[in-house]
Formats: sequence, C-alpha cells, structure tokens
Amino acid sequence: MIEYVESKENIARRIARIFKTGDVVNLGIGLPTLVANYVPPEVTVILQSENGLIGLGPAPEKGREDKDLTNAGGMPVTLLTGGAYFDSAMSFGIIRGGHVDCTVLGVLEVDQEGNLANYKIPGKMVPGMGGAMDLVAGSKVVVAATTHLEKTGSSKLKRRCTLPLTAERGVDIVVTDVGYFEVKGSHFELKEYFEPYTPDWIVEHTDADVRVAPDCRPWRA
Amino acid sequence: MIEKPVISAAEAAKMVGEGAVVHVGGFLACGSPLGILAALADLGTRNLTLVCNDTAVLDERNGRITGVAPLVKNRQFRKMIVSHIGTNPESQRQMNAGETEVVLVPQGTLAERVRAAGCGLGGVLTATGLGTEVQEGKQVVQVRGRTFLVEEALPGDVALIKAKKADKAGNLVYSKTARNFNPLMAMACALVIAEVEEIVEIGQIDPDQVHTPSILVDYLVKA
Repeated sequence: MIEYVESKENIARRIARIFKTGDVVNLGIGLPTLVANYVPPEVTVILQSENGLIGLGPAPEKGREDKDLTNAGGMPVTLLTGGAYFDSAMSFGIIRGGHVDCTVLGVLEVDQEGNLANYKIPGKMVPGMGGAMDLVAGSKVVVAATTHLEKTGSSKLKRRCTLPLTAERGVDIVVTDVGYFEVKGSHFELKEYFEPYTPDWIVEHTDADVRVAPDCRPWRA
Repeated sequence: MIEKPVISAAEAAKMVGEGAVVHVGGFLACGSPLGILAALADLGTRNLTLVCNDTAVLDERNGRITGVAPLVKNRQFRKMIVSHIGTNPESQRQMNAGETEVVLVPQGTLAERVRAAGCGLGGVLTATGLGTEVQEGKQVVQVRGRTFLVEEALPGDVALIKAKKADKAGNLVYSKTARNFNPLMAMACALVIAEVEEIVEIGQIDPDQVHTPSILVDYLVKA
C-alpha cells in the first residue's frame, strides 16, 4: 500500500534536471520558483523574468532590497553580473519570439492533449493570466509543474480540462511528485516514476489516459 | 531644447478629466507614479478607464495598499484593462459583483497593444490567446500558414508614468525593472506626465542612455 505524500521539493528537483547550460528559462510564481534552488552547479541557466530582466539572481539580503528591482511576483530580487533590464514589449518579444527555451508554470488542470488551465476558476478565483498565455504560446518547451493529487483525491492531470484554458495544446512535459510525463496529444506517456510510487499506482491514480513508456525508469530525488 | 513645465502631483491629477482613459505604468506598483496616483485618489475623479499591467496590492489585514489600489478602492474606475488582479481582492469583488468592467488581457498582448497605439499601428497579430476566452469576439487570420488573433491598438488620453531621472527637456531614464510599461505608455497617450526622482540640466544625460526621448513627455512631476 503506497500512501501519497505531497512533495513540491521532488517536483522542483526533477524539473531542475531538465535544463542544459545556456538555456533561457522563465519560472512562474509559486512552485515553479522553487526550481531555481535545485539547478545542478555544473549547469548554468539564464533566468528571464517577464517584468523586464534576464539574469535573475537570488533574493537580496535583508536590508539590501531595491524598490526598483523585483521579480514578476513583486518580490525583491537581484541581478547577476552580465544581466540586462528591458521594457515589457522587449520582454514579451523575447517570450513570444521564441527566445525562451523553457518555461515552467503552475497548474489548476492539465490534460492529455496538452491544454493548460491555470488562471481562472469562474465565479471563485479570477487572478488573471498575467504573462502565462504568452509564455505558453511562445516558449520552445513548456513544463507544467504540479502536485499529482488534489485534496479530494482526483488528479490534476485530466482527459480534458474543464476550467477556462490558459493555452491550447501548449504543454510538452508534466512533472508531478509521482512521475515525469510527456504529452503525446492523445495520452500522457509516463517516462519516469518517482519511488516509492510505481507505474501501476500512477496509472491507477491518474484521471487520464496514461501509457507507460517502454523505457520507463525509476528516478530518485 | 525646450524645457518642460515641472508641476505638482496635485496639478497633474487635475489634468486627468472625468471619464478619461488613463495608462498607468508599473508592475505591482514597481515603477508606478505613486505621488500622482495619491493625488488622483485624493481628488476622486471618477468614471476613468484604467490601462495598467495589474491592479497592484490591496492587503488591508497587513496595511498594504500600493499603486492604483487606492483608486480601485475609491471606485474611480468604470473599466479596468489589465493582465492581473490576483493581488487586489477588491478588483475581483467589483468584477464579480458587476460594479466595474474588468477586461483581462494577456500581459504580452497588453504591452503590444499599447506599443501599437504609440507607433501608429492599428493593432498586432499574435498567437497568444488562441483557443481561450481571450479569442472571443476577435478576428482570426492566417498569415504564412500560421493562425493569429487580431488584437487592436489601445491608445489612451493620459499616461501617468514614472522614471528615475529626467533632464529639464523631459528626456527620461528608467531604473531596473521599474521600466516595464512606462516607455510604451509614453508613446500611446495624448498627454504624458512623468513623475521622476531627479531632474537634471539639459545635457547631463548621455543621449545614448535616454530611454524615452523628450518630445514624448509633456509635464514633469518631482517625486
């Protein structure tokens, strides 16, 4: 009997292994932001922040915050040496123009066709899409980062999204705290299972068509 | 060069007429003209249409109210055209109650619609929003085998922007991520008022470092 225990850390650890040196990466607010903490030291990625910078650095020490330097969540950040600032048109030109290699976004629902819903629950919570629609439309690789199960026990991975979409067929990879999935248009393909979960457990606990890749392998954080 | 009038925040606020379409620079209030916004909140001008990245932060429990949030709270906007309202529950309440019209626009599309207005373009073609609620009511076109939405230019009556530094002619230099929508809005509105932290003599800003050329700026306000 495997008991599901939520682990945002494992999601962030696995996504951080997707990048290669030189990749320009945009990390969404919340869980995706954690990914920056787990990028291996031998890999150098260039973080883009849609409010207008590349070369995003760590949070400043307390007392050294600059009111003119924030991330897209409005939190104080720093700029690495060699970074650059620009306006919102340049920022989204970089995003929409295909100059961002990978974007990592949070999820309300993601489905096996690659549709993503993450900006609105009608009548309940309507924060707005911010830059998410542009990021999914424009980035070369889109990674959806999410805990596998809701508190209700249903999975965030669906056959078909029911919430308003952020983008149609934009998601390439889904990483949850139980496994790594590729979106194949008509199903999710499980490429890795995160122990102690097993492929059987994952198929059983996903409300979508999951097929286990022939070369599916275990992964340990 | 011609010097631009330096006016007070209160005088600037009075230039925003009832019912005006107001572009406000800033991203979660980083790079917003806070002095002019405070004066406009005091003045209470109503029926405005807001064009801004977001509706800033309204967190009454922790006493945080930033950027355009006081104007939202005062119900000074008839309509808000923004990409994000998630940090201002009052915006969401007004939208859900039907008190204020809220048009949510993808952030990059918002930037391009403002830029198009300032550059004499009718609009832009973008794939952002295809297959989503953003597509509703919009023209869809094919160009070179790709599908795009037609997004119209979004001009304004008044731009309230913020820069780090101006010279007396109105050449502007922004600071870090406080730049965001400010240079785009400086081109998109009939009247442009820039709140700046520092005003220097003409010639003291390296022409290569100017972000917004002086001809786009009508008035300066010292922050």
